Amino acid sequence: MYDVAIIGCGVIGASIAYTLSQYDLRILILERENDVAMGTTKANSAIVHAGYDPEPGTLMARLNVQGSARMEQLCSDLSVAYKRVGSLVLAFGPEDEKTLARLYENGVQNGVPGLALLTGAQARAMEPALSGEVTGALYAPSAAIVDPWGLCIAEAETAVRNGAELKRRSAVTAIMETGSGCRISTTGGDFEARYVVNCTGVDAETIYRMTAEPKFKTLPSRGAYYLLDKTSGSLVSRVIFQCPSAVGKGVLIAPTVHGNLLVGPNAEEVQGARDKAVTAAALDTVAAASRRSVPSVDLRQSIRNFAGVRANTTLSDFYIAPSSARILHAAGIKSPGLSAAPAIAEYAVGQLAGMGLALTRREGFDGTRRVRRFRELSPAEKAEMVKENPLYGRVVCRCETITEGEIVDAIRSPIPPCSIDGVKRRAGAGMGRCQGGFCGPRVLEILARELGVPQSGILQDQDGTFLITGETKTGGAQV
Amino acid sequence: MRYDIIVVGGGPAGLAAAHAAWQDGCKSICIVERDKELGGILNQCIHNGFGLHFFKEELTGPEYAGRFIDMLRETGVTVKTDTMVLEITPGKQVHIVSAADGYEILEARAVVLAMGCRERTRGAIGIPGTRPAGVFTAGAAQRYLNIEGYMVGKRVVILGSGDIGLIMARRMTLEGAKVLACVEVMPYSGGLTRNIVQCLHDFDIPLYLSHTITDIQGRDRVERVTVAEVGPDRRPIAGTERTFDCDTVLLSVGLIPENELSRAAGLEMDPRTNGPCVYENMETSVPGVFACGNVVHVHDLVDFVTAESQRAGRAAAAFCAGGSAAATPLLPLKAGNGVGYTVPQQIRMENIGDGVPVFFRVRAVYRDAKIVVRDAEGTQIAAFPREHLAPGEMETIRLPRVLLQKAAGALKVEIEKGGEGA
Repeated sequence: MYDVAIIGCGVIGASIAYTLSQYDLRILILERENDVAMGTTKANSAIVHAGYDPEPGTLMARLNVQGSARMEQLCSDLSVAYKRVGSLVLAFGPEDEKTLARLYENGVQNGVPGLALLTGAQARAMEPALSGEVTGALYAPSAAIVDPWGLCIAEAETAVRNGAELKRRSAVTAIMETGSGCRISTTGGDFEARYVVNCTGVDAETIYRMTAEPKFKTLPSRGAYYLLDKTSGSLVSRVIFQCPSAVGKGVLIAPTVHGNLLVGPNAEEVQGARDKAVTAAALDTVAAASRRSVPSVDLRQSIRNFAGVRANTTLSDFYIAPSSARILHAAGIKSPGLSAAPAIAEYAVGQLAGMGLALTRREGFDGTRRVRRFRELSPAEKAEMVKENPLYGRVVCRCETITEGEIVDAIRSPIPPCSIDGVKRRAGAGMGRCQGGFCGPRVLEILARELGVPQSGILQDQDGTFLITGETKTGGAQV
Repeated sequence: MRYDIIVVGGGPAGLAAAHAAWQDGCKSICIVERDKELGGILNQCIHNGFGLHFFKEELTGPEYAGRFIDMLRETGVTVKTDTMVLEITPGKQVHIVSAADGYEILEARAVVLAMGCRERTRGAIGIPGTRPAGVFTAGAAQRYLNIEGYMVGKRVVILGSGDIGLIMARRMTLEGAKVLACVEVMPYSGGLTRNIVQCLHDFDIPLYLSHTITDIQGRDRVERVTVAEVGPDRRPIAGTERTFDCDTVLLSVGLIPENELSRAAGLEMDPRTNGPCVYENMETSVPGVFACGNVVHVHDLVDFVTAESQRAGRAAAAFCAGGSAAATPLLPLKAGNGVGYTVPQQIRMENIGDGVPVFFRVRAVYRDAKIVVRDAEGTQIAAFPREHLAPGEMETIRLPRVLLQKAAGALKVEIEKGGEGA
């Protein structure tokens, strides 16, 4: 019997697992996919919002501002890329300026530090690439950019290192309350836990429905992005938003912690979490909207398009509440879910405590994690690293300068990846401008060697994404 | 460690440059190659058709590389394989790292850049659809088949008619896959005519010109693609869609010179080639830094890479021997009507001997046209009639010194329709 079973290991599930792992508890994390961070966590704007968007007084407002305030220390503790770059919301005329004034008021009420309303000229002085049409801007110095899947993986790894158990390929099919807890049936076996936390993002309604009639309905909303080459990475140095509308925060242009430029998303209703196709119409929408903010954005520098699905619901706020004495739900975690994640975790753990979960600090808890990244070191440190282990001297991913040593570290981490994209999300190999064209086959080879499986068993990403369909007539490596 | 010449890249360009420099008397040369073996991308090009110009016989890619590797063995050129160049400073310090020797900072009097190119990816052209496995660049698929010995699909649609895609259409067919179509957005092929014939026609693989893939479907692995005809604006025409059930999409949609090191070293770049601007002897804007092969502009034939790289190697050797090139008079070369770019971008008249070859690509298909070179006053300096010009085939003309001496100001290379010759 586990004390807590967390369903879903996106950034919310991982944050809750990480927060719970400092207590003396038996923790189980159930993940449907073959890796963590496989849903909205890996396809979003990678922004830590300052917190001026949510309506004052809402849970969302409180948790956004708290989460944003905690993010820098958390990322520092866990070796996750984070950069407080600030953000601008742009106005293109009097209507937008009214919106900015409202956002400013929201932000002040929500406790967002350092907000300032700027003129168009002041905004352009900060960001010379902005359009001449910009008439004003709301500046939020506390907004930041972060590696969202990196945060999720770091928290999940640290939870696992501190004793939490992660079961992958375990999609929950039924939840039954027993006298002393819950019985959870999954595609990876059945488990029992005293408490269950549902953190399944876009699928939270489905899991909720296994326990009670939900008070909300999911309205999955898809957003498409362009990721631009690093040569465009410094076109702007802050997150550039347009005024939010009913469907979302609009198309943004932002540097990423990896040095690229992210442009997107649009918003369109879709059926579900798996509906992640990028359409030509979506790309056109993003292209037109982004040029309105920054006319010189060069989308020919794109190295990747992708789409993510937001867990929007019929509720305007996050929904973090129990449906019974044993089952807690974190539902409707749409934007700013990533920003709020550390605070959502604290809040959820507080709810669990209220439901009777005993929280006793555990001896020997280590909430930190160190990852070494070759390319970030000085020449002397690089030399030292290669001396220590020659595999750090073999660069596998040439675009991002990722060494075999770092890839092996990722594969030997507490949550070993089983796919090329799993390695990418951990070590960064394949993130660059050639998109794994050169390093893909070598990462596949290293994965197979380290995991002791045939190369044909290595996946691109989720289960079913096989790359190799057979051997050539003469075979290769064996000849 | 100090060398006269450090060559970055041990593919065909680097091999030829190093060998030529040695032949010209430079005896302190080091090639740095990131792969475990010399030869570069030739090692995975196991088809024939290499060497017809240079060796006057037909070789496979590995054989062509092997010839040069053998020639290099006869020299004292130092070779560092499995070694990555991390940085080249403007002062010609070359930072390298390898598992065998760790982190080293080499110093050079001259550097030859020969890093080659990479393939344009799906993200660069924004193909709509889902993101299943089974979408490969043609070169990545070629590596899986020819180096690793693995097949990557059974039913294949190829987007783009670049040479690697055409070669892979044949290769996958010979390995038992069904190649359903080769789809090209332009009204003409991007590859060599001989590859269209030998790799598509001979295997009854249809080539759809003025078509593109408008949708990739499939959750985990590619299941289907939608192909549509495009108009003159290259946008899909509604109602022309057809679908192909396939598990694989190969992309052969262009090559991009790989110049991250060049940019970091502060070289002046040409946005049209995506390569460094070079002078007549393949020297870049930084004195003593030379570049050759696909890092400068994308070639069709390795034989031409070799010839260009030999010139770079000889120039690097001359630079080390103290013969820094005279900077003037300077004759800029411009791409005029119908011409995409020129290499070199500038000619230093004092430095060209009896003439200089100029390489370029045309921007459309021409029949019975002529290549015309004019000076700044519009005076025709030279003209070269051509029966056939196509973007898929690199063009070269040779401009003799005597003609260049007549030129007033910058030269422009352009295409004129109707060729009576000159």
